Amino acid sequence: MTAFSPSRLARRGSGSRLPDRLFRGSSRVLAWALVVSLIGLGAMLLVNGWGAFATFGPAFVIGTDWDPVKNIYGALPFIVGTLLSSAIALVIAAPIGLLTAIFLAELAPRRVAIPLTFTIELLAAIPSVVFGLWGVFVLSPFLQSTIEAWAVDTLGWIPIFAGPPFGVGLFAAGVILSIMILPTIVSIAREVIGSIPNSQREAMYALGATRWEVVTRAVLPAARSGIAGAIILGFGRALGETMAVTMVIGNAQSIPQSLFDQAQTIASQIATTFNEAQVGIQTSSLIALGLVLLVITLGLNVGARVLVGRTVTGAGGR
Amino acid sequence: MTTPMAASTEAATRARLTGRRTASRRAVTDRLMRTLALVATLLCVLPLGAVLIFVTINGIGALNIDLLTKAPRALGNGGGALNAIAGTLQMVPLAALIAVPVGVAGGVYVSEFAGARAGRVVRFAADVLVGVPSILIGLFVFTFLVLPFKQFNAFAGSVSLALIMVPVILRTTEEMLGLVPRSLREGALALGIPVWRTVLSVVIPTGLGGILTGVMLAVARAMGETAPLLFTALGSRLVNVGDFGRPMDALPLFIYMNARQPYEAQNQQAWGAAFLLMLIVLIINVAVRARTWGRQIGG
Amino acid sequence: MTVISTKRIGVLALAAAVLAGACSSAATPAPTTAPSAAASGVASAAPGASVPLPPSANVTLTGTGATFPVPLYDVWNDAFNFKYKTVQVDYKGIGSGGGIKAITEQTVDYGASDAALTEAAIAALPAGSKVLHIPTVLGAVVVIYNVAGLDLNLDGTTVANIFLGKITKWNDPAIVALNSGATLPDLAIKVVHRSDGSGTTNAFTTYLDTVSPDWKSQVGKGTDVKWPTGIGAAGNDGVAGGVKGDANKGAIGYVELNYATTAKLTSAKIKNAAGKFVAGSTAGVTAAAEGAVASFPADFRQAPIINGAGDATYPVAAYTYLLVYQAQKDANKAQALVAYIYWGLTDGQTTTGGLGYARLPEPIRVKALQQLHLITVNGTAVWP
Repeated sequence: MTAFSPSRLARRGSGSRLPDRLFRGSSRVLAWALVVSLIGLGAMLLVNGWGAFATFGPAFVIGTDWDPVKNIYGALPFIVGTLLSSAIALVIAAPIGLLTAIFLAELAPRRVAIPLTFTIELLAAIPSVVFGLWGVFVLSPFLQSTIEAWAVDTLGWIPIFAGPPFGVGLFAAGVILSIMILPTIVSIAREVIGSIPNSQREAMYALGATRWEVVTRAVLPAARSGIAGAIILGFGRALGETMAVTMVIGNAQSIPQSLFDQAQTIASQIATTFNEAQVGIQTSSLIALGLVLLVITLGLNVGARVLVGRTVTGAGGR
Repeated sequence: MTTPMAASTEAATRARLTGRRTASRRAVTDRLMRTLALVATLLCVLPLGAVLIFVTINGIGALNIDLLTKAPRALGNGGGALNAIAGTLQMVPLAALIAVPVGVAGGVYVSEFAGARAGRVVRFAADVLVGVPSILIGLFVFTFLVLPFKQFNAFAGSVSLALIMVPVILRTTEEMLGLVPRSLREGALALGIPVWRTVLSVVIPTGLGGILTGVMLAVARAMGETAPLLFTALGSRLVNVGDFGRPMDALPLFIYMNARQPYEAQNQQAWGAAFLLMLIVLIINVAVRARTWGRQIGG
Repeated sequence: MTVISTKRIGVLALAAAVLAGACSSAATPAPTTAPSAAASGVASAAPGASVPLPPSANVTLTGTGATFPVPLYDVWNDAFNFKYKTVQVDYKGIGSGGGIKAITEQTVDYGASDAALTEAAIAALPAGSKVLHIPTVLGAVVVIYNVAGLDLNLDGTTVANIFLGKITKWNDPAIVALNSGATLPDLAIKVVHRSDGSGTTNAFTTYLDTVSPDWKSQVGKGTDVKWPTGIGAAGNDGVAGGVKGDANKGAIGYVELNYATTAKLTSAKIKNAAGKFVAGSTAGVTAAAEGAVASFPADFRQAPIINGAGDATYPVAAYTYLLVYQAQKDANKAQALVAYIYWGLTDGQTTTGGLGYARLPEPIRVKALQQLHLITVNGTAVWP
């Protein structure tokens, strides 16, 4: 990404003077402290969550009952809730985000694009809990009386649109998540598109192609994997988002049957019940849930970064 | 790397460009899709506008002297958010106090001292930590700083927030130092200045603007975090000044608690607190980003 | 709106009355006699017995747990701090499950719960330790709903079927049968329940478990259960918030009586053991409590009082407890804690009625006070 050797001062005067050694040593210790905390986090989740895996085995992940009365814990409702709410967010945010990125990078004049980009990046700065507050008092009632009411009335015979519309639920969570991941998708996709060399566009214009044709035939194919990365990063952000989702998803601990059902994500389940969970298997099950979430988000993040890195360094060229 | 793919697209395009009938359709598609892209962009900006407007209108309505100067009263009868304001103003600075040295030192290490592999490992860990859901950071800190001390405490809250800030600061520092020309370092070293002084008085000052940007953005992010505080600082109705060994409130916790209340007065206080929080966070963001923005427009 | 504000004024006036009482008694330098307790009509533990006072050093007590008594404890804590400036009590309602967890993990100075510790929870306590259950007040769990202009009657089976998801419309024949003459809308029922571990849930599900075999076999009872249907909300406040307002038309939920009255939510009359439909009220709870005094267990772990006998008895009532370790570690905190609880069991009892809680029956209050003598620091009683 950057054209410098990573060890700029490394070879110079190694170990010569005490203050230098101390300085270097302490910076190394602090840098590795970060690595150690990350490992510690994973290890803590594994050790403290192990009880759940040991007790329930694979049933912990595929079990559908989260039943504190019988002390049986299956995480599937939360895994499904997490994936579904994030998937809804993606269905909404991916096309809008991609079109916006194209608009900002390819179509809009600079003086329009720059302030708009700036504005959209501000969206990322608004705290999750503020989105949640807005979601509870503005967005959910709005969705309930408009889209949800309409969908239940006209499409309600299709099971996934079955009512009743309560406002809070899976759909509201998906919508609020889509708003929250838009800045991620837009800014990365815009960057990726911007890194495609101009030579490709110019070849198309020379052939008399319209701007849109240039976008779809020259830019998008070249930016494909980077855009996929942007979308996956957005997905990853949605999976781990906690507060706004907790406030609007309806906190029902069962697998949702309809778009408008109440549900629960892994993060929202931990947020609402960890402080109250009984010491022992219930707590350990919640921590094990955290481990599942960590594995899913880490896998996606690492994968997405590889994809984005490939496009930006490959096509961006030096 | 361009030739084979470009050649094939070229051939395909040339084939489609022949024929007049398609030409008008192409123009229509072009206009349609461009309009659609514009609409999508507006759809992106719309929620920002909606959140800003609602929080501002409801928030200003709820803003009064009591909100800023009083602790909450029983049953939402008056009182304010002083506990939360005081908490945020203590926990976030302490978090920065922890995160800035660690993040900057880590960035210096990766940029100046680390070998290629060590640098990659630290950088990777930082990127991963940014992506870790913040609720898990809360669980982690709860295990190590709440359970052993047998008390929900504000210090644990600050550490959680610091864990969120460190990777951001580390990565910006590292990137900013990477932009500092090599010749500066070599010049300083050639003059016999020790490495530590070269870094502290030549390299870091050169990248300082960028590093500060990273720090401020990290502060803004930490200020709005709720999830990591749920199991650490917990929240409190009391105005806790200086006792980091006890629970402490914060603006995001205050908003979360008051949003769910059945009492109108408490909902109002949530809006007021949300307005305050959003104002601070946006001011930091605008101030910091305006620099970059100005540069882009100017250039 | 106006009703809310008058209600608020009422509550304020009440809080002010407590403050005034606290103030006047503080002004009377009589450390060895029971202060305003006698004056306010509540007998002290034993006439002439010493009153435990907080330490002169500044102390902050932290407690978490039940949301059921939060409004009461908020008022108590303000009043107690007004009387004894050195002690601040920081209580945070997160759910009874949270109170039990926090006291087990010793992350607080006291826990609060409206469900007594189960055998399993007692087994999970640190080895050799003992937690005292100190009842403070009783409350009723009422069924709140959001259907304009409806004066609702329900019986146990119907409530269970609604929360089982078997009855999904307000004009279901089962509801119609109990409400002859009322117009019931063709409106979906939106069930709102707790998402956190809760003593209110414990009382409510114990009730459903008692009255409905289907509930017993499918769900059971406890502080946290696997809900067959509905929206989860955090805390009594969250459930009340989730039932209130235009956006929540058709909603039904369960909360402590106080939340229904202060948040101005209508609650259903529930059919009691005598076959009468009774609204939740402090009188109905007091009747339930008095009826159960004889069988009150020696370890204070009284289960929710379900379907007590008597025409006026409300069928779902429960004690709420403070949970404290018998052997305390910090002398100042222990002293403050004993003084605080003593105050709550004497002066504090006068606050209860107006807030929708029933004061303790006298025999139970006396027993609860006696428990305070058991609290020790390093083996020495704090209040001998």
